[in-house]
Amino acid sequence: MPGRRRLLVPAAVAIGLLPLAKLVFDAATGGLGQNPIAEALNRLGYWTLLFLALTLAASPAHDWLGLSWPVRIRRALGLLTFGYAALHLATYAGVDQFFDWAAIGTDIAKRKFIAVGFATFLLLAPLAVTSTDGWVRRLGYRRWKALHRLVYAAALGGVIHFLWRVKIDLREPLFFAIAIGLLVLLRLVPRPARPRRAPASAGPRAAAPPPPPTP
Amino acid sequence: MARYRPDLRESEATPEALWLRRRDFLRLGAAGALSALLPGPALGGGPEGAGLPVARRVDLAGGEKQSTWDQITGYNNFYELGLDKEDPRRNAGTLRPRPWTVRIEGEVKQPRTVDVDDLLEWFPLEERVYRMRCVEAWSIVVPWVGFPLADLVRRVEPTSRARYVSFTTLLDEKQLPGQRRAVLPWPYVEGLRIDEATHPLALLAVGVYGRVLPGQNGAPVRLVVPWKYGFKGAKSIVKIAFTAEQPRTTWNLMAPQEYGFYANVNPKVDHPRWSQAKERRLGEFLKRPTLPFNGYADQVASLYTGLDLVRNF
Repeated sequence: MPGRRRLLVPAAVAIGLLPLAKLVFDAATGGLGQNPIAEALNRLGYWTLLFLALTLAASPAHDWLGLSWPVRIRRALGLLTFGYAALHLATYAGVDQFFDWAAIGTDIAKRKFIAVGFATFLLLAPLAVTSTDGWVRRLGYRRWKALHRLVYAAALGGVIHFLWRVKIDLREPLFFAIAIGLLVLLRLVPRPARPRRAPASAGPRAAAPPPPPTP
Repeated sequence: MARYRPDLRESEATPEALWLRRRDFLRLGAAGALSALLPGPALGGGPEGAGLPVARRVDLAGGEKQSTWDQITGYNNFYELGLDKEDPRRNAGTLRPRPWTVRIEGEVKQPRTVDVDDLLEWFPLEERVYRMRCVEAWSIVVPWVGFPLADLVRRVEPTSRARYVSFTTLLDEKQLPGQRRAVLPWPYVEGLRIDEATHPLALLAVGVYGRVLPGQNGAPVRLVVPWKYGFKGAKSIVKIAFTAEQPRTTWNLMAPQEYGFYANVNPKVDHPRWSQAKERRLGEFLKRPTLPFNGYADQVASLYTGLDLVRNF
């Protein structure tokens, strides 16, 4: 059903932008509570981590459940992750701190959790830039794939950023730590014997080939 | 004596017959608290709850704009009623602020248990508009109603051994369901040096905006120390103890490197994870500079002469 397949990525992006739409709607209608800037920051950070976890879930979903559609929307999920991360950072720098670069610099230098968050963003940026088919060709699949393993470092950074930020309620950061930890684990353990799908079924897209067997 | 009442629409004003008799008022307050259990109108809007008779009004926030009822009662750190800022307002219905007693014990001439309504009879109530600076770098301006803590300290006659005063929040999982999760060592305890406790700015608050204190703000009686971070203000107090030793206070026990015993507002001493140089006044876009002792340095700095405020943060 090629028609349905063509709709998959736009549908994923549309759904992925719903939290942003809700944020904009709430911001316009006073739905962000008494400290809207803090609420916006929290929500954007939360969705960054959630989309990062979903991005990491694509390969295990393929390997363990035999699903191919998560792999086909993985690039979209990755770009949504970067988009929410960029909005999170922009809200911090441009709204919360209102471009007070001295204060931002001090924050990054003095606060571990902000330094880690900033480093995490810097890790995600090259992945977003090289997410196109053209960049896969330019780098060669092997190097491209090695570069995109940085996503695991970013996931670690994102979880640490959240863990170090919260004052007392560790439930949400621990949820992400466990979820992402499990997803990484699933990539490391030998996968169950499962008949490989014919390459045609996974699509010829250069950016989303079926992952090669784990070394 | 002129009785002050905050700006109310005529339709909202408490009938004169009621505010002349304080006891009736307080019963009304209990009724108001009970009615909070019922599904009420949508959250938000103007001041609610029974009015309090206010003998005089003092603005100690330099004429700064008072935060709205919604800001004061809808954005609270009261983990016993939930961890998110909006939780305490939503969950306050489980807290029953009447009947309520406060145990006064330790280094006092005569330890005793006082009914909160009697406590209210002891002292004339006044409105005090104070800045409130949370350790999380946000702030509000609150028209509290209460009486000076110093008046209570004098009345209960501490012994010469009393050097500190501690304030303990109610321990009751039914009324404060957040205590079922051990995120902090319950009950919540805060404390002051006795000279801090007898400073004229230290207040025991029983109301806000001329109304009885809503549950989420620490009904029926809470501590307000405007030159310290908000967490020093123990809520829903059931015990006031006078001690010779410095009390073990909750946040200081929990994370001593982040929360000191003194917790004086100080823009020069950062929290390990964020700067305290600025704060966001709820409702404002740009952060504003935080003032030493939250703007009360003229009145309170002399309490700390010779004390290293960086080490004793």
